[in-house]
Amino acid sequence: GQLALTEAELKEEITRTLTTNNPHAPQNIVRYSFKECSYKPVLVMDQMAVHFEMEGNLVYRDLDEARRLEGLPKGSYLNIFNCHINTAFKVNMLFPTVKTKVTLAKAIPHVCFPQVTPASKADKEPKVRSQFNFSEMASQTLNNPMTEISCQTEPPQHCTFSANANQWEIYDAYVEELQKQEKNKEKQKTIQLKEDGDKSKKKMMLTETQNDDINKLGKAAKIIERMLHQNRFDDIAQDFKYFEDPSDEFRGQQGTILPLWEFHYDKIKKLSVTALCWNKKYPDLFSVGLGSWRGMLVFYSLKNSTFPEYIYPTSSSVLCLDIHEQRSYLVAVGFYDGCVAVYNLKREGQEPVYKSTAKTGKHTDPVWQVCWQNDDIENHHNFYSVSSDGRVVSWTLIKVIKDHIKRMYSCCNVYTSVVVLEAIFSYLSCGTSMDFHKQIDYLFLVGTEQGKIHKCKTYSRQYLETYAAHDMPVDTVKWNYFHPNVFISCSSDWTVKIWDHTINTPIFTFDLKAAVGDVAWAPYSSTVFAAVTTDGTVHIFDLNINKDEPLCQQAVMAKHRLTHIEFNPTHPIIIVGDIRGDVASFKLSPNLRQKQKMKKGQVQPKGPEVEVAKMEKLLRLMRGPDLE
Amino acid sequence: MDSLSLCLRSFTVIGRGLLPIGAEVEETLKRIQGQKGVQGIIIVNSEGIPIKTTLDNASTMQYAGLLHQLVMKARSTVRDIDPQNDLTFMRVRSKKNEIMIAPDKDYFLIVIQNPSD
Repeated sequence: GQLALTEAELKEEITRTLTTNNPHAPQNIVRYSFKECSYKPVLVMDQMAVHFEMEGNLVYRDLDEARRLEGLPKGSYLNIFNCHINTAFKVNMLFPTVKTKVTLAKAIPHVCFPQVTPASKADKEPKVRSQFNFSEMASQTLNNPMTEISCQTEPPQHCTFSANANQWEIYDAYVEELQKQEKNKEKQKTIQLKEDGDKSKKKMMLTETQNDDINKLGKAAKIIERMLHQNRFDDIAQDFKYFEDPSDEFRGQQGTILPLWEFHYDKIKKLSVTALCWNKKYPDLFSVGLGSWRGMLVFYSLKNSTFPEYIYPTSSSVLCLDIHEQRSYLVAVGFYDGCVAVYNLKREGQEPVYKSTAKTGKHTDPVWQVCWQNDDIENHHNFYSVSSDGRVVSWTLIKVIKDHIKRMYSCCNVYTSVVVLEAIFSYLSCGTSMDFHKQIDYLFLVGTEQGKIHKCKTYSRQYLETYAAHDMPVDTVKWNYFHPNVFISCSSDWTVKIWDHTINTPIFTFDLKAAVGDVAWAPYSSTVFAAVTTDGTVHIFDLNINKDEPLCQQAVMAKHRLTHIEFNPTHPIIIVGDIRGDVASFKLSPNLRQKQKMKKGQVQPKGPEVEVAKMEKLLRLMRGPDLE
Repeated sequence: MDSLSLCLRSFTVIGRGLLPIGAEVEETLKRIQGQKGVQGIIIVNSEGIPIKTTLDNASTMQYAGLLHQLVMKARSTVRDIDPQNDLTFMRVRSKKNEIMIAPDKDYFLIVIQNPSD
């Protein structure tokens, strides 16, 4: 119902005001200002409200627009046949709260209505275009046919390129750049040798193109061959690395040698092994000297027992060889015809870099032993050779840089002249073996055909001492690796003797019941040595364990005459050569490699001092009763 | 086997040079072919196209294409880890045989061997 108000409330005066504010207009509009980056209130709002809007076609006659439509100037009276109202009119109204009448008529402007004009006036008055009396007349003109003219050029050649930018690609690019820079530097340096440079470049170019295709595979082929070899001899390879004979525990002190790879090469049939030498830098590489009616120098690697790594045929038998300790690519070789030669493994070709001739003082008899020595003061390589002509000769290799004029290997080091020093030691007897002391450079031993051993110094022509060692030629004489006083000798008189060079009589003598071909000290112990005999047996002794009997006596290689034996400097392997030209490798069982047994709790001492002490103890033991 | 592979990888080639150029490699390849259990040798160039092979055409194309990708991937892996390193060789041992790949700068040599033959 109706609101019930009291009389007082009914009489209350309520003020009403008329304002021009649109109550519906929003008062708190906020706009974001990008200038100030914040929201700003909009202060002025449009207060107009439209109540009625109508678009029509009537035009107010007095307006310019209407006159224009009729084509009449301003101000003239006209009758508009048709009219438009095309201005929207808006009614701006006051907003009453009290009802008021609004006369619409006042608000609407004058409207013109169409009037029909008499015909006489029609001629003067222009025609008015309207939608009722307007007709369009058009005519079609001939359109020219459109032709498109264009020209197409040949597109530039393009190819799709894709590449990876890996870390290593970037690295490679840098390395290449560096190499280019270095080459440029070198080119600048060798500007003087232009002529020579061109010639040598031409040589280089030729060899490069030949090498291009298949020879690049050399290294890969080698790797594959070794991989195949490893697969094929997998069990041997595993034995080599890991097998430790467990039955040694039950054998007491005896040991065995386990056969590993055998090295054959077809072309060395009928040649016998005359020398063996391990390479110290690459402990899987060893060299074999062969000879009988002709000679050969062959290098094998343990990684490939089917084919040698390097082959050098020689005209005369190789009797001895030695690999330089530091520069393991230099090999000194002594021949049956008295020559000595030096091979450089880094060089191509099968010729030695140096070979002695009659002019440069070769021996007149077979050379039985060669030994590299340390470089002399001027850093020249030198080695010694001993031969049955009774001379010990020292050879020195001097590098000479060939003249530019001669146009050979400019700036290459070529061993051209050798033998500046020739120290001749005149002996009445003929030397058959030689060894230099491991620590004292100038001290060496020479074994002779008469069975004597002479101790000498390199700078004096006299012997320091002579030992009456054997009854037959001394085949091998070797200093101990550890103890500075001890050396071993062997001979075809069936004996192996161990000496202290301060004492004239042997400390130990072993009779091996067959002519001894070679003897070698073990590099890992001062009391272990091995000997091979012509009945095809390998004997291994450890004086620390058993002073009289060998720890191992094993027949190997179908009992052919064994000629040489060598211990590998790092692995527990020995190689043995025989007269058939075959080389076999064996692994030493643990009993042969025993370290001193320590009491429980004591730390195992290491180092060469231990070995020296071991030997010293032994010597004292042997000497003991003598002194007394 | 690890230490063995290690010793294979430490290459002991000090220099070349015994037989005339090219003949040495030919000799080596002949020896490889003659080794026990070798089923085939393929030489592939750096684009994966086989140059020389002892197998039939179909197998060669298959091996060459597949192994080329494998070697590239392996090489990329090794070098990504350390750009100064490079792949020396790869062995893929399967039930029936073993595929050995020795990559070189421009070529690789693939040998298939059945070691138990």
